[in-house]
Amino acid sequence: MAGQQRVYKQRIGSTKSMQQIFRAMELIATSRIARARQAVTASTPYARAITRAVSAVATYSDADHPLTTERAEVRRSAVVVVTSDRGMAGAYSASVLREAERLVARLREEGREPVLYVVGRKGVAYYRFRRRDLAGQWSGFSESPTYDDARQIGEELVEQFVRSSQPEDGGEPGVDEIHVVSTAFVSMVTQTPQVNRLLPLEVVEGVEPPSSDELLPLYEFEPSGEQVLDALLPRYITSRLHNALLQAAASEHAARQRAMKTAGDNAEDLVKMYTRLANQARQAEITQEITEIVGGADALAASSSS
Amino acid sequence: MADLHVELVSAERQVWAGGASRLSVRTVEGEIGVLPGHEPILAVLADGEVRIEATAGESMRVRIGGGFLSVDHDRAVVVAEDVDLEGAAGSASR
Repeated sequence: MAGQQRVYKQRIGSTKSMQQIFRAMELIATSRIARARQAVTASTPYARAITRAVSAVATYSDADHPLTTERAEVRRSAVVVVTSDRGMAGAYSASVLREAERLVARLREEGREPVLYVVGRKGVAYYRFRRRDLAGQWSGFSESPTYDDARQIGEELVEQFVRSSQPEDGGEPGVDEIHVVSTAFVSMVTQTPQVNRLLPLEVVEGVEPPSSDELLPLYEFEPSGEQVLDALLPRYITSRLHNALLQAAASEHAARQRAMKTAGDNAEDLVKMYTRLANQARQAEITQEITEIVGGADALAASSSS
Repeated sequence: MADLHVELVSAERQVWAGGASRLSVRTVEGEIGVLPGHEPILAVLADGEVRIEATAGESMRVRIGGGFLSVDHDRAVVVAEDVDLEGAAGSASR
């Protein structure tokens, strides 16, 4: 009987120490959300400047750039999946992966071959376990991605994309379009997984149409419209990837904070339940002891009186 | 003469913004200076120094590792990769 009490005490102890860990992780995540959101805000001036410039070039030069032209026939589509490096973030990685699976299924239906690129250890583990081939993987920066991380990914993707537009020479095939599956940070309580097409670029997207009194000025391009576009587009892609990574990081922290809060609350409930059970076990033990003593005394009294 | 409004942004943050009387940068074709009233231009920048002569406070020099410049309506935006503020501090103390 005393054994059962000891078991409950042990469980209470271990649950309490886990609760402390959850609490600490929740606090860490909370403080990091703020920093991650600041990073998103801090990168906006760059994104705005580059978007404006790209749309200006696209509007005023008739340069036909390989990165903006739609392929007549799309055979291979790259899918970039942005997941986290660590777990303990509720359904964060799972919901991105689910969205990615849906996209992959859709691409297959349309007769395109999906090529997977994965960011974050969780996603890599997911696909490795299922023995699926990954064309590329990056991890180790999901919590605080830098511009250089985005540039690495961007360079690789642009290279793959450009390769396919070259005439077939028997070499390794590239890709004809690139989709990014990542999590958009809508608010502290809402983060939605979403799919965006990165390439070919839809340059007009996200730019407010110039009002009649504030037309985009007639730019002089130096050295030339095409060369400016050549320099701008890879940066534009990197900047969009960077933004996606930063939002994903903010979402990851928010998801982790919520998951840890729930875990902490559950731990508290468990402690309460185990405390009740332990008390009950103690009372049962006392009751049994009393019954035994009374029973023993009764037996003694009965034997001495007879 | 109206001031030039200059913004210097890097990928991760806005480095500097304010009024300036003159801005000079290195494009891939050579150094150019931008004064208020400059024609709209979009130029690709090479590795080099950006000098901003601010109307208020000290002027500033920054080394950048490439980027681009856009000027329109007296608003100049220098978009830079790898802004090196160390170089700027060094040149200020010189």
